Amino acid sequence: MKVSLFVTCLSDNIYPKVTEAMARLLARLGVEVSFPPGQTCCGQPAYNSGYWKQARESALTLLDAFEDSDFVISPSGSCTGMIHHYSKLFENEPEQLERTARLQSKSYEFTQFLVNVLGVTDLGAVFPRKVTYHPSCHGSRILGVKEEPMRLMKDVRGLELVPLPFAEDCCGFGGTFAVKMADISGAMVTEKAAHVLETEAEVLVGLDMACLMNIAGNLRFRGEKVRVMHLAELLYEGVKGA
Amino acid sequence: MSGPVKGGATVKARAELALNDEFLRKAVRFTTERLRNGKKKASEEHGNWEEWRERGRQIRLHTIAHLDYYLNLFVNNARANGVHVHFAETAEEAVKLTLDIAKHSGARSVVKSKSMVTEELHLNHALDSIGVEAIETDLGEYIIQLAGEMPSHIVIPAIHKNRYQIAELLSKEAGYELPPDTTALAGFVRKKLREKFLEADIGMTGCNFAIAETGSMVLFENEGNARMVSTVPKTQVTLMGMERIIPSWSDLEVMATLLPRSATGQKLTMYMSGITGPRRSGDADGPEEMHIIIVDNGRSLQLGDPEFQELLNCIRCGACLNACPVYRHIGGHAYGSTYSGPIGAVLTPSLNKNIAEWDDIANASSLCGACYEACPVKIPLHDMLVYLRRRKVESGHGNKLESIGMQGFASVMGSAKRMSGIVKLGKLGQKLVAKDGEIRLKLGPLKGWNTYRVTPSLPKEAFRDQWPTLESELRNELREMKPDMLERMKQVAERQKQGGGGGHHG
Ligand code: SF4
Repeated sequence: MKVSLFVTCLSDNIYPKVTEAMARLLARLGVEVSFPPGQTCCGQPAYNSGYWKQARESALTLLDAFEDSDFVISPSGSCTGMIHHYSKLFENEPEQLERTARLQSKSYEFTQFLVNVLGVTDLGAVFPRKVTYHPSCHGSRILGVKEEPMRLMKDVRGLELVPLPFAEDCCGFGGTFAVKMADISGAMVTEKAAHVLETEAEVLVGLDMACLMNIAGNLRFRGEKVRVMHLAELLYEGVKGA
Repeated sequence: MSGPVKGGATVKARAELALNDEFLRKAVRFTTERLRNGKKKASEEHGNWEEWRERGRQIRLHTIAHLDYYLNLFVNNARANGVHVHFAETAEEAVKLTLDIAKHSGARSVVKSKSMVTEELHLNHALDSIGVEAIETDLGEYIIQLAGEMPSHIVIPAIHKNRYQIAELLSKEAGYELPPDTTALAGFVRKKLREKFLEADIGMTGCNFAIAETGSMVLFENEGNARMVSTVPKTQVTLMGMERIIPSWSDLEVMATLLPRSATGQKLTMYMSGITGPRRSGDADGPEEMHIIIVDNGRSLQLGDPEFQELLNCIRCGACLNACPVYRHIGGHAYGSTYSGPIGAVLTPSLNKNIAEWDDIANASSLCGACYEACPVKIPLHDMLVYLRRRKVESGHGNKLESIGMQGFASVMGSAKRMSGIVKLGKLGQKLVAKDGEIRLKLGPLKGWNTYRVTPSLPKEAFRDQWPTLESELRNELREMKPDMLERMKQVAERQKQGGGGGHHG
């Protein structure tokens, strides 16, 4: 069975450590992964802005790259969620529609794959820190990833999970929204970061680097030291030291 | 739509006003939180919320799919009940019909219960222009009428005002100082309005649901004013959007479960009135004459449009506003129209021919989907916002700079080679501005972002550059898979191939 990494353009170019952690965790579980190099971006920035022709060009790189994969695993609920919009994106291209359906059925966000496909929640990780969790909107609302990260964190030794107030409120990223409506987005991320600080957690964890880049960016801007990590990084750090 | 739009021509300009108004933001946060929590509790207590949401959606889908049939049925039954039914294709027609009724009955004053359609038509101004006094009798509507503003929330019109501001406004009206105490303020308004009710020639209402099988209309409210409006004056005029129909009273049971819970978290509003025609001999009260004006004003544009028809399913509960993190920060007036929040951001451009020429309103969303999750009839507003943006681009109204940028995006992301090339250029470029892994420059495209954040700089190597090394390391780290895990994987892969999907949701 061919398990492929869908690195996402953000993790590929800015946060390579996240996908690396994901790959190393999978190797420890016995999953051999491949990295089809033709992939670029899911096309979401163009899709959400209304430039669907341009989005299709980007999306095609994924359809091609993962053609013969059995499982496609990404560190982002938002990018995997975008694949589910492909049926709309390619609605007038019947030959792509079929490939689209195939890609959708085999695509998973990282925690979905661990919990729902492999059936593991305990990776043997130890992480004795106070942690709070931000559920990213697309992962939780489009893909329905809600329980999976909770179960994984529950099985980490020493991890103290403090609930984030207004956790389900968007962090204000929204792709080009953060640029086009900079002040509204700024107000949203400022409030989100304030809620993170309220928890007095040492670590903020999440499943989507775009949102985490946004929140971390505001925390650093304020000079705050809260550590911001993807759950894959946390888990890998936790098994490495265990 | 011409309405008094406060503070600027663009959503950005209006949002900025709101963002700098701490009173407004605090008031909006306070009430939306209360409503949101109320809804959450009520839907959890209901126990079967998701199933009822789906039932509500099905009723609305069915009704709108057969709207001509049910409208006809409603109109025939209402006429048989003695109601004068009128149709208005445009806002102008609706206003003219209303004014004609007022003139014909020699009316000098109108009392109104809360109605978003009359706000959409700016009826108060029109009545005023022919010398008819229109008084809002819903507390929130009365407050914004005094303030000369538009509603900033479809259920709580004065949500943006705190009680001190309200006390100030009402004190001016009273001519003496009123305490900033909700009960005292409501008491003052009630007394003041009592006289108005007795004087009024026309009672004007909106309509939450119109029941086709009996030609009745149903009003939900908490203050009892709608009941007064529809019983005291001699003539009643009801304005309703053409999509307010539901087939039967048994459908109302589902809607009556969804609407109050979604709107305020109540199991039922304090009053629910069903009105079937004017006063009959033997009735204790009720109007002698009754009119219903059914308003299109852009609604039929959504009929038959697969991307937007579901908009007509909306029951105007306001839950999407209360859930929206953008609305939370900018309130309703920033949307610049009668309808605000996520539903307003979609409805306003849609009523105006589905092209988002109407300002940048469809861009004022992070597409987080909280609206969809909150909506009792599951309208995919977050998808519709994207369709609006696409229609704007496809009609050639896209932002020029953005179009160029998106061409660039397609060319870069259309090939992994070109993407890598650009990233390498970026690494060279950032040498000038990055420090300690961060970029703080507030210039060009980074200005908006870096006003509130710092930007991470690009790492030395992208994932794809590390892959050859990582791949060989992974080969060494690879452990043997547990047999049960392998078995699960095989089963899921098999299911995927049969088109059963990958068991994504556990
Ligand atoms: S779109 Fe849905 S949540 Fe928003 S007002 Fe309409 S029915 Fe309520």
